[in-house]
Amino acid sequence: MKRQLILEDGSVFVGEAFGGNNYQLGEIVFNTGMSGYQEVISDLSYCAQIVMMTYPMIGNYGINRDDFESIDPAIFGLVVSEYCEYPNNWRSDESLDQFLKGNNIPGLAGIDTRKLTKLIRKEGTMKAIMADMDVDVDATVAMLKEAPYPTGQVAKVSTQKAFQVPNRGRRVVLIDYGAKQGIVRELSSRGCDLKIMPYTSSVQDVVNLKPDGIMLSNGPGDPRELTEAIANIRELIGQIPIFGICLGHQLIALAAGAKIDKLKFGHRGANQPVMNLLTGKVEITSQNHSFSVNEESLANTTLTVTHRNLNDRSVEGLACEEKNLFSVQYHPEAAPGPEDANYLFDKFMQVMDAQGGNK
Amino acid sequence: MPKRTDIKKIMVIGSGPIVIGQAAEFDYAGTQACQALREEGYEVILINSNPATIMTDREVADKVYIEPLTLEFASKIIHKEKPDAILGTLGGQTGLNLVVELSNAGILEKEGVEILGTKLDAIEKAEDREKFKALMEELGQPIPDSLIVHTVDEALVFANEIGYPVVVRPAFTLGGTGGGFARDDEELKDIAKNGLKLSPVTQCLIEKSIAGFKEIEYEVMRDNNDNAIMVCSMENVDPVGIHTGDSIVVAPVQTLSDREHQMLRNASLDIIRALEICGGCNVQLALDPHSFNYYVIEVNPRVSRSSALASKATGYPIAKLAAKVAVGLTLDEILNPVTQTSFACFEPSIDYIVAKLPRFPFDKFPSADRRLGTQMKATGEVMSMGRNFEEALLKAIRSIEMKVDHIQIKEMDDMSEEELWKKAKWRDDERIYAVMELIRRGAEFKDIFALTMIDPFFLAKLKNIHKMEEELKYNVKDVETLRKVKRNGFSDSYIARVWNMHEDELYNLRKQENIIPVYKMVDTCAGEFESKTPYFYSTYLDENESIRSDSKKVIVLGSGPIRIGQGVEFDYATVHCVLALREAGYEAIVVNNNPETVSTDFSISDKLYFEPLTLEDVMHIVDLENPEGVIVQFGGQTAINLADGLQRRGVKILGTSVDNINKAEDRYEFEAMLRKLDIPQPQGETAITVDEALAIASRIGYPVLVRPSYVLGGRAMEIVHTDKDLKVYMTNAMKEISHDAPILVDKYIVGKEVETDAICDGENVYIPGIMEHIERAGVHSGDSISVYPTQTLSKDIKYKIIEYTTKIGKGFNFIGLFNIQFIVDKDDNLYVLEVNPRSSRTVPFLSKITNVPMANIATKAIMGQSLIKQGYLEGIKRESERVYVKAPVFSFAKLRSVDTTLGPEMKSTGESLGSDETLEKALYKAMVAAGTKIPLHGSVLMTIANENKEEALDIARRFEEIGYGIFATSGTCNYLKEHGIRVEEVAKVEQAENDVLDLIIKGKVDYVVNTMSQDKGSRDDGFLIRRFSAENGISCLTSLDTASAILKVIEAQSFSAIPMGEHE
Repeated sequence: MKRQLILEDGSVFVGEAFGGNNYQLGEIVFNTGMSGYQEVISDLSYCAQIVMMTYPMIGNYGINRDDFESIDPAIFGLVVSEYCEYPNNWRSDESLDQFLKGNNIPGLAGIDTRKLTKLIRKEGTMKAIMADMDVDVDATVAMLKEAPYPTGQVAKVSTQKAFQVPNRGRRVVLIDYGAKQGIVRELSSRGCDLKIMPYTSSVQDVVNLKPDGIMLSNGPGDPRELTEAIANIRELIGQIPIFGICLGHQLIALAAGAKIDKLKFGHRGANQPVMNLLTGKVEITSQNHSFSVNEESLANTTLTVTHRNLNDRSVEGLACEEKNLFSVQYHPEAAPGPEDANYLFDKFMQVMDAQGGNK
Repeated sequence: MPKRTDIKKIMVIGSGPIVIGQAAEFDYAGTQACQALREEGYEVILINSNPATIMTDREVADKVYIEPLTLEFASKIIHKEKPDAILGTLGGQTGLNLVVELSNAGILEKEGVEILGTKLDAIEKAEDREKFKALMEELGQPIPDSLIVHTVDEALVFANEIGYPVVVRPAFTLGGTGGGFARDDEELKDIAKNGLKLSPVTQCLIEKSIAGFKEIEYEVMRDNNDNAIMVCSMENVDPVGIHTGDSIVVAPVQTLSDREHQMLRNASLDIIRALEICGGCNVQLALDPHSFNYYVIEVNPRVSRSSALASKATGYPIAKLAAKVAVGLTLDEILNPVTQTSFACFEPSIDYIVAKLPRFPFDKFPSADRRLGTQMKATGEVMSMGRNFEEALLKAIRSIEMKVDHIQIKEMDDMSEEELWKKAKWRDDERIYAVMELIRRGAEFKDIFALTMIDPFFLAKLKNIHKMEEELKYNVKDVETLRKVKRNGFSDSYIARVWNMHEDELYNLRKQENIIPVYKMVDTCAGEFESKTPYFYSTYLDENESIRSDSKKVIVLGSGPIRIGQGVEFDYATVHCVLALREAGYEAIVVNNNPETVSTDFSISDKLYFEPLTLEDVMHIVDLENPEGVIVQFGGQTAINLADGLQRRGVKILGTSVDNINKAEDRYEFEAMLRKLDIPQPQGETAITVDEALAIASRIGYPVLVRPSYVLGGRAMEIVHTDKDLKVYMTNAMKEISHDAPILVDKYIVGKEVETDAICDGENVYIPGIMEHIERAGVHSGDSISVYPTQTLSKDIKYKIIEYTTKIGKGFNFIGLFNIQFIVDKDDNLYVLEVNPRSSRTVPFLSKITNVPMANIATKAIMGQSLIKQGYLEGIKRESERVYVKAPVFSFAKLRSVDTTLGPEMKSTGESLGSDETLEKALYKAMVAAGTKIPLHGSVLMTIANENKEEALDIARRFEEIGYGIFATSGTCNYLKEHGIRVEEVAKVEQAENDVLDLIIKGKVDYVVNTMSQDKGSRDDGFLIRRFSAENGISCLTSLDTASAILKVIEAQSFSAIPMGEHE
């Protein structure tokens, strides 16, 4: 069966339908990772996005029980050149198609994905929607142009209720803006006693738990929408050690008074080189973000740049040592992607310890 | 970190002659490295003994020494040049070994030469089994359990401890002789007993077998700031147990989840960091298909065949960056040469799949053991890119030039299922075709997997190909089906066959329906950044990225995979053709599919199309680019073979016309032309039946040279002495080789073989030089030792050669290069044996030694610039005083069961060059560079056929005079004794405890001189002697001419000891 992807600029890509058929307007983005599609699909930061994979063969090793980054995936669609009907891997439980069908996520295959990549590179990410072949394309394009970008994604994916992943180590409050399981995994494996809290949690809710540190998670959408969260973070800074990842990093910057810009087409993949300015060494990082901290706006803040993207020189890491605060734009928890930046979780442990946390 | 300023002069070591396992990839790596170092302002001194390479061109380094890669010569150059540093990581195992030798000999310390790239300690850690084991244990990286044993009992105890299956590897047996795979005590007892017996130190390694695990490779790089990255991951379709060089390999990894992939990436980066390598490193790992268990199999602390493949697969030039990193630059400060907008410190992301297929020499060696194992057997490889596995695989298959255009071997149609299962289990070079055929016949994946351990993911892809074959069959001329199969890589020739139409007709149908490919760019970043790399592959999608420019352009066809008879020499000429075109102001476009070579470095040409060299694939590029024409004469027979079809489709062939190519290649036209030019050639006729052949032979007299018409590199050529052998040859030939093409039966003339390469512009002929062969006619020219200038030819003969060459050039109306092989008989009669209307194997050798850039001149002549205009007058270049010798290099140790005797079939894989003031010195260097040891004292084993005994007597006498001990088998021994030679008899094969083979195994002789009887029946002993020599690294000379040449070398260095009075 044929299916089409219609873009805000009027471009139409006709391909083969697979997966579910819950068509929703989303932002079309591309990811250049060559493996890790299961993690990408289940990464809540992709909420309200239609993700296109640049690697042309997706689904080769199937879908397994273990490698999800969330329980309920939130992407609005998956676009590939070819999906694998007969995957094989010892852990594979089902095919990509079966998984997408089960979660009613629409898929599109058989289009010239490189052409679409180049279009996004040139024109920037834009609004898009998948559709059956009988829809009125012109009307759909007009609708796409009219419609605002999706908002309120964090509200959709953050946990409704606080819960815990108990342990006997340092107590960390993980504020869930759409946290990847990888973050939970890294903290748990270091023995942290995790209290996972909704993004709406008040400062008092957090402080009451007497955490040794606060982890601000990744998450979808525009961080500037989260005014309440930003205000809370502003209050927490300096009280308790904080480590922010991705959206968490952007929220810290906003809380400190810096500005956020939207990138033309973002960074999504597993090969972004980041220079650690403290050591002069480069780490290859896993990334997934549309927004980025405006460097000039940091001038009036207490934050300093600790990491920088080697290619476009964008801000990748921030810190304020006296306030026991640091954050990175990329994903030290990897999943998918290189684990070069895993040391940052150890650093978080050290920062908490230096503040007299539970050892 | 900025580059080092405390070093100024760097010595780079090349990899020497091409052998199986070490081929053109090091020309590519070495050339890139030298250029990169010069770019950074260093003075580069290069040493490499291989003349057939771009790397040894004068322009590549500040000084190029084409000298043997031995301690002796390398030290000499170090003493003379006093470099500050040495870089050996770009010269393969040869380069690394030489660095180690130089260091152990104290030369580097004495001259204050620093080792760049990989430090000595790291080389040892990677290569010494014990140190490697210790390092892996320290890093917590698993390696298969192993133990060195000295008795069968020890082996049994250990095997029971770690569990079967185990691998037995005897110590110090070349090519793994005597090793094997044991599943239980019984098997182990046998193999270990045999292995211990064969090992000169009675030692075997017993190792836990991981055969059947997924074989995964990572190409990683590191700089001296400890930045480490992974450039490319690769997955072998064939599991552990088949050498990666012989495996079908895809990039990136396909069947690994991200978790598995990151686990292995981490392991690889940990290893390169622990070894503190500044440069590239290859890590091979084995991953259990059923768990997260993995083992590190091997670490190569240098650039390798795999790194060349990874470079071409991703666009990321590993060797170039390895050289820059070796002099202190860090990856984060080097611009990514592909994008020019991002930095080298990143990991390429690709948006296509790459398939590599090995090219085996078994078409040349039908008797070879074709089973694949841990010893590499492929001589070359092809790479292809596609948007799915099916497309990449099928493109690679039609690139391989094994007369297949699809994953199907006709002969298998008639095989029983049982035979196919056997073949799949046998793991020979054709097993993928057998697996495909089994899938066609409905075999279950689980059964195929159990037998081959090929991942069901790949089997499913093969099944998909089969599904499409069926669709094709039932939807004749259906456009949608056609679109679908083209998108999955099916070739026109296959589809046309199934649809029972002419390929040209199908091509027209496709054009009409607009089913034509587009070209996508290789950009290292999956389109994320803008880049302008002129490097493309085809696929059937919407958007074409290869934009035709307005400039005048020419397409140059490369020579495809490296094989015996068509080696790196043709890539050399291709590269020079491209450079000449650019010099002359043309846009030069290369089409080739060999990932190892310089011609497929995208920075060489204006545009590179990495595509199969078939009519279909080349036509698509011609259609898009609309060039002035296509040049075919530098790409060997591969390119020449496309000329007809291209012309038929209206493409202009530049240089020698298709008609004139055919005049040289078609037997009848060739004869007619030579008669017209009044140039003699050996008498001969063509035969279709056995009786015809016998009649011809009786007319012209034995011996006769027989071969099929239309041959490549002496394929299936034989010298036949009797009716009986002729019958055998003809019967086989009719069956196997030529189908309906006739067999040529020529008079075999005994004499000197002479060769020349020349350039003709249609008006004049310029001859850079004439080369004379040491071995008499009958030994393939590619396997002969070749000498320039000629040493024994009379002036008259030389004039005649010049006269004939000139006449042929003009008579055939050649435009560009051509090559002629002559023979001079004992009465000084000159005959023409063969004319090749193209660049030849000797072009790089002759270009280098005469300093005439032949491919460059020829290219300009092709483009209309006359020789005179280029400053070359008709005639021959004045001969040099210095003597140059080209010696063949063989890979016999790696090709089991191949007879090493030299004959009209070419067997060598590479060549070395030696030059000096005298023939003897030059011979010495060439032979040493070719790996022949030339001890001044020692002993020789002679087993000589009756018809050569008289001639061998002189050889024996000369060995005796220089003080060599002589061993001989009974017949030869008696003969030599009768003639007063002191000789010790050894027992024939298996006729005594210490037979002739023991002598060889124990290394008691330095040379074996063995000539083969004309009577085929008695060849078995000789065969064993030759094989044992090859496997034990002892030079076996099968031509008395070669033996005489070696003697000359030894004699020139020996002082005679003769008592007074015997001087007369």
